[in-house]
Amino acid sequence: MVKYIIKRVIYMIPVLLGVAFLISFILYLTPGDPADVILSSQATEAMRDAWRQERGLNDPFWVQYYHFISGIVLHWDWGTSYVNGLSVTDDVMLRFPNTFLLACLTTVIAIVIGILLGVFTAKHQNKWQDTTFSIVGMVGISMPQFWLGMLLLIWFGLNLGWFPIAGFDGPKYWVLPCVALGVQNAAILMRFTRTSVLDCMRQDYVRTARAKGQVESVITWHHIVRNALIPIITTVGSLFGGALGMAMILEQVFSINGLGRLMVEAIAMRNYPVIQASVMLLAVSYSIIFLVLDLLYAAVDPRIKADFKNQDFFGSRGRKLRRLSREEGAHA
Amino acid sequence: MSENILSVKNLTVKYKSREIGTCNAVNDVSFDVAKGETVGLVGETGAGKTTIALSIMRLLQSPPASIESGEILLDGEDILKMPDAHMRKIRGDKISMIFQDPMSALNPIDKVGDQISEMVKLHLNLNNAESAGKAAEMLEMVGIPAARFGDYPHQFSGGMKQRVVIAIALACRPELLLADEPTTALDVTIQAQVLNMMKNLKTELGTSMVLITHDLGVVAETCDRVAVVYAGEIVEIGTADVVFEKRSHPYTTGLFNSLPDITGGRKRLQPILGLMPDPTALPKGCKFSPRCRLCDESCTREPIALRLESGTHFVRCLKMKGI
Amino acid sequence: MLNLTTTAPEAAETEVTEDIIVVKQRGMFRQILDRLVRNRSAMIGFVLLLIIVVLCLLAGVIAPDGYNAQDLSAKFEPPSLKHLCGTDNLGRDIFTRILYGGRISLFIGVVSTLFSAGVGIVIGLFAGFYGGRADNVAMRVLDIVMSIPAILLAITIAAALGTGVNSAIIAIGIASIPIFARLTRAPIIQLKNEEYIEAARAISASKLRIMFRHLLPNILSPLIVQITINVALSIMLAAGLSFLGLGVQPPNPEWGAIIVSAKVYIIDHSYMVTMPGIVMALTVIALNLFGDGLRDCLDPRLKI
Repeated sequence: MVKYIIKRVIYMIPVLLGVAFLISFILYLTPGDPADVILSSQATEAMRDAWRQERGLNDPFWVQYYHFISGIVLHWDWGTSYVNGLSVTDDVMLRFPNTFLLACLTTVIAIVIGILLGVFTAKHQNKWQDTTFSIVGMVGISMPQFWLGMLLLIWFGLNLGWFPIAGFDGPKYWVLPCVALGVQNAAILMRFTRTSVLDCMRQDYVRTARAKGQVESVITWHHIVRNALIPIITTVGSLFGGALGMAMILEQVFSINGLGRLMVEAIAMRNYPVIQASVMLLAVSYSIIFLVLDLLYAAVDPRIKADFKNQDFFGSRGRKLRRLSREEGAHA
Repeated sequence: MSENILSVKNLTVKYKSREIGTCNAVNDVSFDVAKGETVGLVGETGAGKTTIALSIMRLLQSPPASIESGEILLDGEDILKMPDAHMRKIRGDKISMIFQDPMSALNPIDKVGDQISEMVKLHLNLNNAESAGKAAEMLEMVGIPAARFGDYPHQFSGGMKQRVVIAIALACRPELLLADEPTTALDVTIQAQVLNMMKNLKTELGTSMVLITHDLGVVAETCDRVAVVYAGEIVEIGTADVVFEKRSHPYTTGLFNSLPDITGGRKRLQPILGLMPDPTALPKGCKFSPRCRLCDESCTREPIALRLESGTHFVRCLKMKGI
Repeated sequence: MLNLTTTAPEAAETEVTEDIIVVKQRGMFRQILDRLVRNRSAMIGFVLLLIIVVLCLLAGVIAPDGYNAQDLSAKFEPPSLKHLCGTDNLGRDIFTRILYGGRISLFIGVVSTLFSAGVGIVIGLFAGFYGGRADNVAMRVLDIVMSIPAILLAITIAAALGTGVNSAIIAIGIASIPIFARLTRAPIIQLKNEEYIEAARAISASKLRIMFRHLLPNILSPLIVQITINVALSIMLAAGLSFLGLGVQPPNPEWGAIIVSAKVYIIDHSYMVTMPGIVMALTVIALNLFGDGLRDCLDPRLKI
């Protein structure tokens, strides 16, 4: 297991190098000149060129990429903001906790509510409870989060005055953004859990448990839900990624000082180092969450744990899932 | 108290679905199992054998299944009228069932030992250590080293999984064992092993058994009495010797004719032509009539009753020899 | 996954005449269509979608003056019979703008999905079928792309490409390629060892033929469902991009752009935000319902 974790962490290095490459390349291809945006219009062509030279913008792409990577590796230097001349690490680290907290809170709430409702609706399949929540879930999935955020802001922030409408300074501030962001994820998880639970309910081992004379609550939670949660774990990872991304949009609605706002400003100013650092940080946190979920996956499913011991699983979720589905396929 | 541990009376089960309609899975089935006896239910896939067993366990998924009428008496008590909690106590303790597909009958994320001790804990009032010990004992009994207690199902082969399933079913020394195609999913060599083991355990524990199979060889080897099931009906029932010798119902004859005969004689196998009737639209008269060579107009007019042929041998056919 | 080459047993009507068994079969697409028509959620979704699409296509007939027709004497009018969704700060009819905007939103949704599905499916097919190094490279690249959350990737690409409908389409399209690639590759790896593929190889069918003629049809059903749902996701993502000031810009009436241009007025005129959002949500609901129904019909195994 420890070996596997180390392997996975090592595998993150080429992936993150790839992310850095991708993002640098996209920014390299971006038309337009940061010097035009940042320097005043009085600046002469020579001044602009000197400004570009100083920031390595005249270098070929590979040189820029090399400087970016070596700066991080050798000096932990993520770049200097074009706008204020300060290290971007400060800029980014100041904002990151807000975005991360919003995404985490949302995901946790969505997991709890989504899974509970999913089990509940599956147990009441085709009854009115199921129908009601299916409709609610469908509506929840279909509402654009930033729009829902604006509605919540109008109703509960402006009209009723229950919650503050701007900032992210404490639990009271968290409520509206988390609800706006969480409704969709909770609905997705509810639907996913419901399908998964229904699928497990039809499995033969559930019938075996009934044949043993096991009581219904143990059958539900021990035999059905535990098995049903296994595929859900992977979904949680992608939901977290979605939450991170959407959090950046919702920051605009609720005036939260997070990475999203920073990035929007940076995009407008063509402040490349800030964009690079933000994307890298988000990719790192996303990868770490995925790693944690993968380990959790192994912890609950002995079939996968066995694979960790016996096989080289060099960081591919696909291979693992493939194996799983092959087994499942053989049963079907 | 009756001699029969189980007696099924006029059991009728239907599956109802909006899309397909009403499916007549089991039609008016009656049979008894005496204490210590093994009764075989023989028939093709889809004849309703498993549905009968699941009705006895009261494990039918409802909806879509519903037991329309009939009684299932276990030691004289009607299972179908029992409160759920009482039924739960009986399941696993007095009656237990071996399922058809050992590959999927075990929970993939529980240790096999725990899956056996789960059964023990539920019925024998033992603490954790004792029930684990009992489970290990059961593993040894079905020929699996107790050291593999902590292994997961995916680490076992099909034959071993089936042994585990059997160990679970026998853990509480049930009075009645329902074995649903216990050997179908296994290799021939393993089949023989498992059958032998079941036979031995049965004698050891004095269990009565309902054995569901489509394999006439298995029946010949293990069963005292046989009921031939076709399209949800018993078409012939009697002691194994008599049924095997007389083969009175044309369907039974057909089953035997589609087997290779090792004594030589016939060169070609004679399959039963056609398919089982659609259970949503069964023929009015004899269910076998569309495929029967002896069929005439009288067979299709009205439902045919089981008739006594001799002794305890009943056949559902108008064209029976001797009438 | 539905094996499209086999027919469900329920569809076979059998008839026995003496020694010959006659099996009548309905065509596969006919069956799916039959099931689809009987599926409530699919039909509700379909009808709703049809209404929305037809209204958007007929925008020129319903509102011949165009989406920028201003009436400064009728600013900020709340929803009424004359202005179903009210008017905005320039006296433009919001309903008209929603209709014209729907063309853009739906266009972005459909085109970007077709783009990502096309590219993703081809990548998945080749990676899964050839395996080995090709597969490894493709999967490593996808690992990289997937470790950036899709929205973030779309934001970055849109930032690089500048504003406009086309850049929104490309940004959103690229961001959803990995989903399709993975969804294609996983079953291909299982299927390529099936006997009917070996049979196709045995009669020396070309690799392309095996991939597109034998493999693809068998994995199509989850892909079709994903395509439906991805259109909905893309519409929402496009709106999100507009909301950030990337992608489509006001006065272009893409739905997200309508909402973002109304942001300033939400305190007094909340309907300006509510109405376009409701239409957008309805469209997404319609697509999701249809996708759900489609899933049930294409894969009856999932339904009880």
